Amino acid sequence: MIRRFREKIDPNTFLLLITITLFVLMYIAGILIFRDKHFGRVQVFLNLFISNGGLIVAAVSMTMVLISGGIDISIGSVVAMTCMLLAWMMEKQNIGIIPAIIVVLIIGVIFGFFQGLLIAYLKIQPFIVTLAGMFFARGMTAIISTDMISIKNEAFLKIANAKLYFPFGGYVNRSGDIVYPYIYPSVVIGLVVLLLMFFVLKYSKFGRSIYAVGGNEQSALLLGLNVRLTKLKVYVLNGFFAALAGFVFCLNTSGGFVEQAKGFEMEAIASSVIGGTLLTGGVGNVIGSIFGVLIKGTIETFITFQGTLSSWWTKIVIAALLCFFIVLQSILGSSKDKKGKISKDH
Amino acid sequence: MNNEVILTMRGIDKKFPGVTALSKVDFTLRSGEVHALMGENGAGKSTLIKVLTGVEALDGGEIRIKGVDHPVVNSSPQEAQKYGISTVYQEINLCPNLSVAENIFLGREPKKWGRIDWKTINQKATEILDVFQIEIDVTKPIENYSVAIQQMVAIARAVDISSKVLILDEPTSSLDEHEVEKLFSVMSKLKDMGIGIIFITHFLEEVYRISDRITILRNGIRVGEYETNSLPRVQLVAKMMGKEYDELTTIKNVGSYEAKDYEDKLLETEQLGRMGSIKPFDFLLHKGEVVGLAGLLGSGRSEMSRVIYGADRADTGQAYWKGEKIAVHAPMDAMKIGMAYLPENRMVEGIFPELSVRENIIIALQAKTGIWKLMSSKEQEAFADKYIELLQIKTPNIDAPIKNLSGGNQQKVIFARWLLTNPELLILDEPTRGIDVGTKTEIQKLVLELAGQGKSIIFISSEIEEMLRVCSRMVVLRDGNKICELSGDELGQKQIMETIAGGDISGEN
Amino acid sequence: MKIKSILRNISRHSMFFPITCLIIVLVINLIKTPTFFHVSINNGVLYGYIIDILNRASELVILAIGMTLVVACSGGTDISVGAVSAVAGAITIYLLVGPMSSGDYRMPYVLAILLGLLGAVLCGMFNGFLIARLKIQPMVATLILYTAGRGIAQVITQGFIIYVRKEEFKYLGNFIPGIPVPTPIIIATIVLILTNLLLKKTALGLYIQTVGVNRRAAKLVGLNSSLFIFLVYAFSGLCAGISGMIITSRVYSIDANNAGLNIELDAILAVAIGGNRLDGGKFSLAGSIVGAITIQALTTTLYAMKVTADQLPVYKAIVVVFIVVIQSSEFKRYIGKLLSRITKHGDRKQVEV
Repeated sequence: MIRRFREKIDPNTFLLLITITLFVLMYIAGILIFRDKHFGRVQVFLNLFISNGGLIVAAVSMTMVLISGGIDISIGSVVAMTCMLLAWMMEKQNIGIIPAIIVVLIIGVIFGFFQGLLIAYLKIQPFIVTLAGMFFARGMTAIISTDMISIKNEAFLKIANAKLYFPFGGYVNRSGDIVYPYIYPSVVIGLVVLLLMFFVLKYSKFGRSIYAVGGNEQSALLLGLNVRLTKLKVYVLNGFFAALAGFVFCLNTSGGFVEQAKGFEMEAIASSVIGGTLLTGGVGNVIGSIFGVLIKGTIETFITFQGTLSSWWTKIVIAALLCFFIVLQSILGSSKDKKGKISKDH
Repeated sequence: MNNEVILTMRGIDKKFPGVTALSKVDFTLRSGEVHALMGENGAGKSTLIKVLTGVEALDGGEIRIKGVDHPVVNSSPQEAQKYGISTVYQEINLCPNLSVAENIFLGREPKKWGRIDWKTINQKATEILDVFQIEIDVTKPIENYSVAIQQMVAIARAVDISSKVLILDEPTSSLDEHEVEKLFSVMSKLKDMGIGIIFITHFLEEVYRISDRITILRNGIRVGEYETNSLPRVQLVAKMMGKEYDELTTIKNVGSYEAKDYEDKLLETEQLGRMGSIKPFDFLLHKGEVVGLAGLLGSGRSEMSRVIYGADRADTGQAYWKGEKIAVHAPMDAMKIGMAYLPENRMVEGIFPELSVRENIIIALQAKTGIWKLMSSKEQEAFADKYIELLQIKTPNIDAPIKNLSGGNQQKVIFARWLLTNPELLILDEPTRGIDVGTKTEIQKLVLELAGQGKSIIFISSEIEEMLRVCSRMVVLRDGNKICELSGDELGQKQIMETIAGGDISGEN
Repeated sequence: MKIKSILRNISRHSMFFPITCLIIVLVINLIKTPTFFHVSINNGVLYGYIIDILNRASELVILAIGMTLVVACSGGTDISVGAVSAVAGAITIYLLVGPMSSGDYRMPYVLAILLGLLGAVLCGMFNGFLIARLKIQPMVATLILYTAGRGIAQVITQGFIIYVRKEEFKYLGNFIPGIPVPTPIIIATIVLILTNLLLKKTALGLYIQTVGVNRRAAKLVGLNSSLFIFLVYAFSGLCAGISGMIITSRVYSIDANNAGLNIELDAILAVAIGGNRLDGGKFSLAGSIVGAITIQALTTTLYAMKVTADQLPVYKAIVVVFIVVIQSSEFKRYIGKLLSRITKHGDRKQVEV
């Protein structure tokens, strides 16, 4: 039965469907289990976005990198470095918020450029390059400052805490006022990046080249695409997004410290993979990745609402989900191979 | 059919280190014709195509294309495409994850308001495929479709980029009969459109069904260009293998072999086969017998041997060893029974390049004896020395990496590897390919000696003469099928070639 | 001429690169600290910079042994080793004293250690299963435990840093009374000897190289590649477990967040400095060991230069990139092109003159 169903729809849509179903089921379960804690409120749902603004940017970017057939495990460290650098510039050097943001974005681009150069032009495995990048950025964070720096810059805090209210969906609190649901600017940035990348991946030549390169590098080359340049562009853009994700992350945490955003790269990869992106490249879309982020957020909310479980369970559950989806992909992939279609080796 | 010449290649030379791949080769293509390019392994077909499409640089000669008033030198497939030369490869070069329509338009997508216009792409793709009477959903990923459809899409793309010359590199090797028909009807349409098609295939049937002209290459030299309907099949085979048909009758069984009656059955198969590679076959091999598997490349000769050895798992049939049922699921099963296998592609499946000559020699025996009983280094050295001496392997020392040795010596090392396991059956797939003449003779002598010692041998070679020299019986294969067996008086070049060629044996079409 | 060819032979030897690296680091140290090579006996134990480096390199040596085999056989790396060390340490200590750092052992010491090692081997087998059976890229497969491992360790320790207040527990990571050599050095030596015996006295070493060099040819000589890939990852898990024991014993406690932190990069670095190709094939265990010691010497040197533990990864990352760039065949090609262009240019100039 399942096999017949699978033959009708293509396996990638199948993966995405599993993800969306999983999210909906989890959310309904949450509403039922945590009824007394108002899990069903609109604000709880919006909080999934609020607490994961940075992750949305990172997951979208990671999806792009994975589609191109690469991977980036330095993204968490770059986020930490960005936060620290922002905090250091604004608090220790009295640099204004705008120049500070511009500087971190430029550094992100340069960082991405170097990684891209090593990967695209020297053909070093993306994993090794970004592993080194991960340690480099984490170490740089500590070189900037080993102590935590809190951001007290007024302009920054104003942006970070600006509540953007929705005109609907409110509830009446105990004192009789209507409380409308709200989001922060960080969510807006995340959603803008999401929309942007959705269009780039679907409607631009660059976007389509990414899919082609990830699908079969050799073919892409013979079909007349500049494979190396495409890859370089991917990592440069990814560097930019990593820094942007750092800024958004920083809006939530308002400070920098060395251990910040540890395991963030894993969350981004997991969100992307759970959202139907294939680790072998060529397949994926950013909409799926958002569901990945939402699933991760929901698990977190469960653990917070439950109250007694340690936050470490989030990481374990995420890893288990990642593992589950990787195995699923591998099984779907191998059944595809057996049908004798174009294999990736050629 | 108009006969306007659209492509001429004159005096093409191409050398690789130590090898002359092409020497003064001429090739002419006319518009609206299907021109078959024929030749055995190493004849230079693929090199000629690579030079034409800019994958390899040419060392001498010139290429002219109709409408261009200077000689053309392509430095990349993209550049060749600009001159209207497109290739559809055997391993289809499309992006499996992208939709059919996108594969046709990748890199030249129509745009509307700065963004890719998917509607137009899908619409146009449907129209293009309609011309070839292919009705499929163009928005689905191409990997969902059969190899045949993928090929049509690749052809459609090439034609839509306004090709004048279309190269089809073994397009039919993984198609079934129905799909081949479809491809041929597409090819006929392309002919009518005035496109010149270079058709590379190993299947003689197809050459005679679809092609107008044939150019034959052998050892990097052009044997000649012929009108298809004036060249009898057996002549074609003879020319590919390097014999004039008239000579064939005079050479008969050059082998020093005396026909004898074999008694002890060693290996017997009943309808052993594997989907998509070799159709079920019955085969009997006696102790001390050398049997050749004859056929052109892609005829199923290698596939048959791989299934026997378990390199590819058989999915039908049964095999017997000395009368007892055996189950060979993996090479180790075959090795334990007493088989040895020398693969066709030495570099990819034979040698371990970075490992030493000594390690390359002992590895099969070591794998057979298991992990706990490591041969002492003295034993290893003794074995290695013995076979280096016996087979006269030229190596600086036994610990030199095998990649530093010449091809012939590497092949001898692999021989040594298998002789060391003391097998009762040796499967040798092109053991003399790419090897100098001296070593070739040594290997042929060795095979006869081994047979004399009572070992059985399955021997595969592209050279009929060599096969005649060592084999006492031959199995002929064509298009993945075992056709027949020849032995005794039937073993003559003429007879073999006629069987390989198939069709009308009298030579008329 | 003769000297030149001897020099060329030396520089081509597989141990040339690692030993050169080690010598450079040692010489820098000797210049900075003239007493660098002094070894003395204080309170009945060996004492000195060199002993300290060897002592602290022990965990890394053990991990590098496992990593070398992983790289050689599968052409991938195991980035979960640091996290697996933490898991093994957490299991053992939790079994011994429970979450509250109580004084008495709850089970026999040796049994707790064996169970900790078993946990580590299971982690390795999990990696091996994903890679050998499901054909998942090694880095991705081990990424799962890289992140989840510390979470698992946290769950085992229930988020506490657990201390063991028994003198015997410190033996593994420090000194056994009456023996002047630090225990970690002894353990690393034993692991090295046993592994070497296993590789040299059985056909395992040959099989691993064979599979790593050419997997398709290995199949045709009857070797089961998947099995060996599975085994090396399980073994890498065991090595991670052993170093987890040393790490926890050194500080007689388990801190799931920090035990074995960043050590996976050091292990990969050790293999690379050891002259081993990161895409598999022939390997040199000795090279990796020298590599591991070099890295520890480098770490100690950097500490002496007032670099903090947090900042260390920057320098190591630079070294990693440097080594992989040198190894990269594309890089060699570019350099070759550049050189030939320069010489051609020079030729033309000469003609002009």
